[in-house]
Amino acid sequence: MAQGGHGVVRSRSLLDGAILGPAAIDAGRKLDPRVQLRNPVMFVVLAGTVISAAEALAHPSAFAWQITIWLALTVLFANFAEALAEGRGKAQADSLRRTRGDTLARRLGADGQEVQIPASQLRRGDRVVCGPGDVVPSDGEIVAGVASIDESAITGESAPVIRESGGDRSAVTGGTRVLSDRIEVRITAEPGQTFLDRMIRLVEGAQRQKTPNEIALTILLAALTLIFVPVVVVLPPFAGYAHGRVSVVVLIGLLVCLIPTTVGALLSAIGIAGMDRLVQRNVLAMSGRAVEAAGDVSTLLLDKTGTITLGNRMASAFLPVGGHTESELADAAQLASLADETPEGRSIVVLAKSHFNLRERELSPPHRFVPFSAQTRMSGLDVGNRRIRKGATSAVRHFIEAAGGRAPADLDELADRIARAGSTPLAVADGGEVLGIVELKDVVKSGITERFAQLRAMGIRTVMITGDNPLTAAAIAAEAGVDDFLAEATPETKMALIRTEQAKGQLVAMMGDGTNDAPALAQADVGVAMNTGTAAAKEAGNMVDLDSNPTKLIDIVEIGKQLLITRGALTTFSIANDVAKYFAIIPALFASTYPQLEALNVMRLHSPASAVLSAVIFNALIIVALIPLALRGVRFRPSSAASLLRRNVLVYGMGGLILPFLGIKLIDLFLTATRLA
Amino acid sequence: MGFALTLLALVVCLALAWRLLGAYMVAVFEGRAHWLSWVERPLYRALGVDPGREQGWQRYTASLLIFSLVSILLTYALLRFQALLPFNPQHLPAVAPALAWNTAVSFVTNTNWQNYAGESTMSYFSQMVALTVQNFVSPAVGMAVAIAIIRGFARRGSAAIGNFWVDVVRSVIYILLPISFVFALVFVAQGSVQTLAGPAHIHDLLNGVGQTIPRAPIASQEVIKQLGTNGGGPFNANGAHPFENPTGLTNVLSILLLLAIPVALTYTFGRMVGSVRQGGAVLAAMTVLFAGWLAVAVAAEQGPNPAATAAGLAHQPGGNLNGKEARFGVAGSVLYDIASTQTSTGSVNSAADSYTPLGGLALMAGMAQGDITPGGVGSGLYTILLSAIVTVFIGGLMVGRTPEYLGKKIQAREVKLAALGVLVMPVTVLVLTAIAVAIPAGTGAVLNRGPQGFSEIFYALLSQGNNNGSAFAGISANTVFYNVVGGVDMLIGRFGIIVPVLALSGVLAAKATVPASAGTFRTDTPMFVGLLVGVILLIGALTFFPAVSLGPLVQQFSHGRLF
Amino acid sequence: MLRHLRRSIVLALCLAALCGLGYPLLVTGVATALFPVQARGSLGPNGSTLIGQAWQGPQWFHGRPDPYTPMASGAANLGPRSRVLAAQVAARLAAWHRLGVTPTAELVLGSGSGLDPDISPRSAYVQVAMVARARHLPVGAVRRLVQSQVQGPELGFLGEPVVNVLQVNERLARLR
Repeated sequence: MAQGGHGVVRSRSLLDGAILGPAAIDAGRKLDPRVQLRNPVMFVVLAGTVISAAEALAHPSAFAWQITIWLALTVLFANFAEALAEGRGKAQADSLRRTRGDTLARRLGADGQEVQIPASQLRRGDRVVCGPGDVVPSDGEIVAGVASIDESAITGESAPVIRESGGDRSAVTGGTRVLSDRIEVRITAEPGQTFLDRMIRLVEGAQRQKTPNEIALTILLAALTLIFVPVVVVLPPFAGYAHGRVSVVVLIGLLVCLIPTTVGALLSAIGIAGMDRLVQRNVLAMSGRAVEAAGDVSTLLLDKTGTITLGNRMASAFLPVGGHTESELADAAQLASLADETPEGRSIVVLAKSHFNLRERELSPPHRFVPFSAQTRMSGLDVGNRRIRKGATSAVRHFIEAAGGRAPADLDELADRIARAGSTPLAVADGGEVLGIVELKDVVKSGITERFAQLRAMGIRTVMITGDNPLTAAAIAAEAGVDDFLAEATPETKMALIRTEQAKGQLVAMMGDGTNDAPALAQADVGVAMNTGTAAAKEAGNMVDLDSNPTKLIDIVEIGKQLLITRGALTTFSIANDVAKYFAIIPALFASTYPQLEALNVMRLHSPASAVLSAVIFNALIIVALIPLALRGVRFRPSSAASLLRRNVLVYGMGGLILPFLGIKLIDLFLTATRLA
Repeated sequence: MGFALTLLALVVCLALAWRLLGAYMVAVFEGRAHWLSWVERPLYRALGVDPGREQGWQRYTASLLIFSLVSILLTYALLRFQALLPFNPQHLPAVAPALAWNTAVSFVTNTNWQNYAGESTMSYFSQMVALTVQNFVSPAVGMAVAIAIIRGFARRGSAAIGNFWVDVVRSVIYILLPISFVFALVFVAQGSVQTLAGPAHIHDLLNGVGQTIPRAPIASQEVIKQLGTNGGGPFNANGAHPFENPTGLTNVLSILLLLAIPVALTYTFGRMVGSVRQGGAVLAAMTVLFAGWLAVAVAAEQGPNPAATAAGLAHQPGGNLNGKEARFGVAGSVLYDIASTQTSTGSVNSAADSYTPLGGLALMAGMAQGDITPGGVGSGLYTILLSAIVTVFIGGLMVGRTPEYLGKKIQAREVKLAALGVLVMPVTVLVLTAIAVAIPAGTGAVLNRGPQGFSEIFYALLSQGNNNGSAFAGISANTVFYNVVGGVDMLIGRFGIIVPVLALSGVLAAKATVPASAGTFRTDTPMFVGLLVGVILLIGALTFFPAVSLGPLVQQFSHGRLF
Repeated sequence: MLRHLRRSIVLALCLAALCGLGYPLLVTGVATALFPVQARGSLGPNGSTLIGQAWQGPQWFHGRPDPYTPMASGAANLGPRSRVLAAQVAARLAAWHRLGVTPTAELVLGSGSGLDPDISPRSAYVQVAMVARARHLPVGAVRRLVQSQVQGPELGFLGEPVVNVLQVNERLARLR
């Protein structure tokens, strides 16, 4: 699979200096309270820092200043995490912008005259002409001509692709380059709304809106923050009951330690990084909502061809009928396929060569190749007075009966048997006689069965979509290990399938490229359009796969899940951390009121000041320590919900409980050794 | 040994209640119980209610709030006009306004916090018509809310969550009244008093002591006070009073009664959402926490009373007997008080204020967790479901899907309502405690000095905020300050949770249901039970750890010191 | 809204009649018929066996150090580290020692109701010598009396074995 490492949308290492520097600057810029207000958790930290600083000014002490500085660092670290996540997108957007540059377009006037105008002035409906070497000025549809096009600027794929007017391969994307021939393009996008523009905005995160799940989590975090404010604010009167006093700075330190700063600081970075992971796999999600929905997908509609089977069927056997020999059949089949450049045709020639050592040959007598047509559903060769044909059994039967022949009795039975086995029967006739059947076999991709088993363990049902008849479909479905299949699929039956699945409460993902896929793509909860597809398909889906790789759907689901798991894991970790912080701070806070509470100082921290400081420092440093995890996402192995949960609870729940005890103790030892506290 | 057998008997009886009463309640709330329709139908006619017509959550909530308001006003009026009303052999005067307010709110919210001594304040009429009635009505309202949220989970694409009037009427008629009637007679047989005759005046010729012994229709009130997890008894001494709780048998029956409905409702819940295992998981979480705190309290109370030790009482083999009745002993006392504080009952058969520090902490713990293990009638279930939603949300994220509970996706709205419901109690309790410990009107009421005094205040507001009603009873809270503040505490603690829960019912009922698959976060497994227990403990600990540190924990760590 | 209000008032009144009058009066009627003694408070000539009394002097078995004021029931509510409680316990210990008794914890610590009618058998046994001496009775006879008065736990396991102080003293008065 293309990892996009060679495209414009290129992944960058986490510690790329070109990103770290600007991110550090951005971290400072984000201190603006208006920015902070979007994140209630960090806003409370910022407010706490300000109060703590005021307190430190009023009653200066090394302790107060140290706490203040670490609180400020907590905010900065959070900003830094976000800026770092955004930084990668920004760098990608910049390089995309460079490709766009200032293209000139050759617009066709009503009179057919070409006028040079800047690409940015093109409107929807304009017609432009592109010749070899021209950059396509905007998104559009080829209305005349055929050309090979270099799309590497968008997809990173260097091999040129063919685009031609009419059909499903007529779309061109602004920013790609015409290599040969001349095409006439009708522009389909308004300025600023082209695919490239949208892509830039996407990777830049400029349009980033909180996704539903992120909103829900933000609410929970806000609620947890809200509850800890009274928990801390009531402590002075509580201590006052016993005629004790508590320091404001320590209270603020306690508050910041208790509110879920770890996940609060990393939440937006997690979201941005999730989108970024998709971009790295050359998938553009039109919204974060779609990425989240991908994690929820419970039914996956997969096209047979390309996803489950290798793109093409391969000839696997020659099965003669009516007393003909296998080599007779092989000979005729080879002749009929010599001019057939389809993969199926090539595979017949290859099989004939490997089994009967039949070489490709020059044909001496006058001959004529008969190409495949939708009417006859056959192709073949006329050589001398031989008329050799291959095609669907029914078409071939029709052909020999017209020539006065009769099909042997065992033909239909054989054809049926082959179909039942999941292969496609291709009958071969010479004049009025059927020689036999070539078995074309669908080759299931290696490893795909395991993949489906993983999906099943994750609770995802796979449905194979194919145009094959039900017999063939059932056989391939069984071999590949999909849960269900839709045979003889049409856009309508596909649509109907999506609707019934959704009515059962399932979330459906599918991939498509044709214009007639557009309604289904729009109906599916996650619709991934291939970049090679039509504009209509890309418009309808909520993701675009630049590699046009049908297997990508499975990756997309995993990335969606990983995003949610990362959020959940860090939330759990953050909340579990609080236990240790209470044990550090509570005895310190009431040290003068009730020295007995020293019994709660289970970490045996050196002094009240060092205890509070250690907890605050741990709280700040853990953010930095977890930035790589937030950006990379937690390790995800496809498995059942139960085992995922067990692992994550163990690592992030138990880890979150235990780790801070160790961390705070170590920091305390360090502070004590260096006499900082 | 006796205690082990007691526990065993209790578990067996509760298991039966879970299965039988749980299934019976399903039938009642699905309208399949008809044997008392001769009482039920005339009531609907009088109300003008068509039992077949259901309400959306807004109407359901409006009905509930208005009914509760009317109940408060009616109770208040009855207490204020007590002197003019019948069944008042002691000629007791009207209840003072602040106390009447606190008491009315207290009984309507299922708290039954009592800032009065029943024997010297309430006439028989007040006990029966003002207070006993609310002992029926307030659990019925709790059950109605619980059934509403169960329906929210069970239904899909529905605009209605049931009919409030029907749910309340059925709770009272089919569940509370029949059970109360039977057990009231058992209590009388054991020695509980049931008479309208006034106080008995006796003179003991042996020791020359004269006594005036108050009496009342006690057994009838006692049973519903337990069954409805009310806790408000006729006497100041509550469940310790020999007329209320005369024997070891009534003691364990009291515990059984107060646990029966909250426990059985988890079965009702499981059955109505289509999987008894789901109800079993909730019950398992409740049981784990209950058993944990019971163990802590029993272990703590087996220890000596520190003050008595300091006074030179070397041997206390029976444990801390201060404030405990001889017929119950330490184990029977602790079991009762733990059961009562882990539900929202709040009746006590031993003085919570006199428990050892850790024993007292265990009593507070049930309330600090929100009184959900198994909690009050209805309120225990609907409140723990809020914690379950929070658990599902965090846990569900960790399996990589938008979290769902019982097929309902847990999204922003559900999280918002659940978080509101979970956090309203701690915030209220903490803020009111801070006020009370900061002003003389608050601090002046305590009996004990030092951290125990802090505990008395904190416990009072924690108890009222959880609609529990038990107390570190050294506090003299019959003051205008505590009457008013306590009333506010109880109202928020009750309706601040009910309203979000009903809104949640509406939101959930309207939602589609997602079918479960291998990718679904299972909520009927030990793993989920463990997580739910963890979340409940963590939320309780994180919010109340400082307060608990300054009360019971300081006491615990003050070895050899007296205050 | 008005409809809800009307229904609320009707339901409140109906339930007041049903649960506030019907239910307790029905229970009272049936209970009085079935269990007349218990329903009226288990009263005997010398008081209720369920309500404890204060006993003075060495010739009687004493109960808990409770106020025994039935019109104001309730515990003393002193905390586990209460200086006041420690002082009270010290005083009670001293009083018992003056009577020549080494008391159990129960005899120096108040009850939950302030009316506890019972003490544990051990608490009775520690007083046997004191009572026998004051009444000039053989210790064995008094001990046997106490033994006969031990009421086992209900059903053999519910609650604790106790001695009812009023009942033991009534028997004691008749002991020759």
